[in-house]
Amino acid sequence: MISKRISHLFAFAMITSCLVIVITCWGFILINVVYNGWSVIGWEFLFKNPKNGMTEGGIFSAIFGTTMVTFISCMFSAPIGIACAVYLNEYTKDNWVTKLIRASIRNLASIPSIVFGLFGLAVFVKSMGFGPSILSAGLTLGLLTLPILITTTEEALRKVPSGLREGAVALGATKFEMIITVLLPSSLSGIFTGIVLSLSRAAGETAPILLTGAAFYSRYLPGSIKDEFMALPYHLYVLSTQHSSIEQVRPLAYGTAVVLIALVFFMNIMVFILRSKHQKKFYG
Amino acid sequence: MKKRLLIDAVGRIAFATLAWISVLILVGIFLMLASNGLRLIFHISPRELFSVKWNPSDYENPTFGIVSMVISTGLTTLLAMVVAIPIGVGAAICISEILSSNIRAWVKPMIEMLASIPSVVIGFLGIVIVGPAMAKLFHLSNGLNALNGALLLAVMSLPTIITVAEDAIHSVSRELKEGSYALGADKISTLKRIIIPNCYSGIIAAVVLGMGRAIGETMTVLMVTGNATTMPDSIFDPVRTLTATIAIEMGEVPFNSNHYFGLFACGLILFLITLTANIIAENLAQKLRRNEL
Repeated sequence: MISKRISHLFAFAMITSCLVIVITCWGFILINVVYNGWSVIGWEFLFKNPKNGMTEGGIFSAIFGTTMVTFISCMFSAPIGIACAVYLNEYTKDNWVTKLIRASIRNLASIPSIVFGLFGLAVFVKSMGFGPSILSAGLTLGLLTLPILITTTEEALRKVPSGLREGAVALGATKFEMIITVLLPSSLSGIFTGIVLSLSRAAGETAPILLTGAAFYSRYLPGSIKDEFMALPYHLYVLSTQHSSIEQVRPLAYGTAVVLIALVFFMNIMVFILRSKHQKKFYG
Repeated sequence: MKKRLLIDAVGRIAFATLAWISVLILVGIFLMLASNGLRLIFHISPRELFSVKWNPSDYENPTFGIVSMVISTGLTTLLAMVVAIPIGVGAAICISEILSSNIRAWVKPMIEMLASIPSVVIGFLGIVIVGPAMAKLFHLSNGLNALNGALLLAVMSLPTIITVAEDAIHSVSRELKEGSYALGADKISTLKRIIIPNCYSGIIAAVVLGMGRAIGETMTVLMVTGNATTMPDSIFDPVRTLTATIAIEMGEVPFNSNHYFGLFACGLILFLITLTANIIAENLAQKLRRNEL
């Protein structure tokens, strides 16, 4: 009996230690980055461009580039993603069409980001002739984030009670009018969840923009969407592996990492709030 | 009245068309990879493709052997999974069965949030912290090798594994658990005999998804595995995975050269591996759903 109790205690200890290991690892990562990068962050770092071969100055051009490229990716993927979710959730029953579309979405989500980069390079940069640019990178990231957007929007639409839909149709609205005037407005917070989530994913991706237009260093901010751009994650990659005096720029690299993590976490916390808001709207 | 019905019909068609785009993209990606990647195969013999030496930029005698890169990808992924699977599944069990539901409501979204940390950040820490530590510990000249990459991949795939496995474990119905307790079984036996067997396929699905993430990861392995195209002899050797090769070499290749097509061939292989992994995971997840009914 005692040996059984000991073995049980041992099993509990093993299971709990797994979670402790996970939390310690990730806690260490976050604390290390913030601790080492905190001192760099200030007005100058956030709002000045890099200078003296990126050994001084700030990261404003990288922040600007990342903002632009995620904005374009969202402009591209939001209409398609929302329409796709509406179609799957409102227009069709379970049949081979929806199965095919859903399977494609899930498989798209599992494709490595570098493969999206290859696609963007072959299609947007070369075939369509956009060149390495904000536009090419934005479209590539748009494709990459499409699955996230569709699944989250579908989830939001499913939470809208069917009584709302039926009420609108009973008042004489066509299905299209019902979707535009009732369904989409009432699931707005849920749709925003998807948009913010896909923005946060797009902001952190490096591999696809590496092939489609991120610049090692540019002196000026991009003037149009056909220009190359600097981006936060790529800038961190450059500072930590490609730069000629790596040790000297290490504080800047840490600072960039802090900004990147803060940006992504901020968006994820927004997702958390929006999601619970959407939940509360219908279920109290 | 007619106009409204017309708008309705047009709207329906518009939604349906846009919905098909995701299918088109998937097919498009496959066709693009295949059409570019297979052009290499026409130029070289299959025997050369399955050789060890990858040196496509050699002017005199370029070689396109992918074997060492496939093995590098396999090695880092396998090592990562050896570390991540037990810890990830253990943590998932802990969250689902041991923590109280209040704490669970906090821990779960936090772990999900960790999955969103960009991979360059992890790679950066691999260079700054794991690398030097490993060099000191094992007396190596530098710590950029397969093991370093594998450890970071393990850390990165943990959130995916934990989230999916926890969902599976949590989905085991309460009646089954309570039935087991009612028969006098304790928590650990219930876990071993009732809960795990009932969500086994879900846990495998979690593992496969985590593996997919590790195989497709680019930036982390690019930054910390040392990037040598030779065949690794041990886990302390530098390696270069398929993803890293594409990322490093794509910037310098001439458009439409054999080298260019070779990199698309690497992409095609990656695409097929992750597609297979995903289909397996999906079938397992479906099995789980059927079990529930």
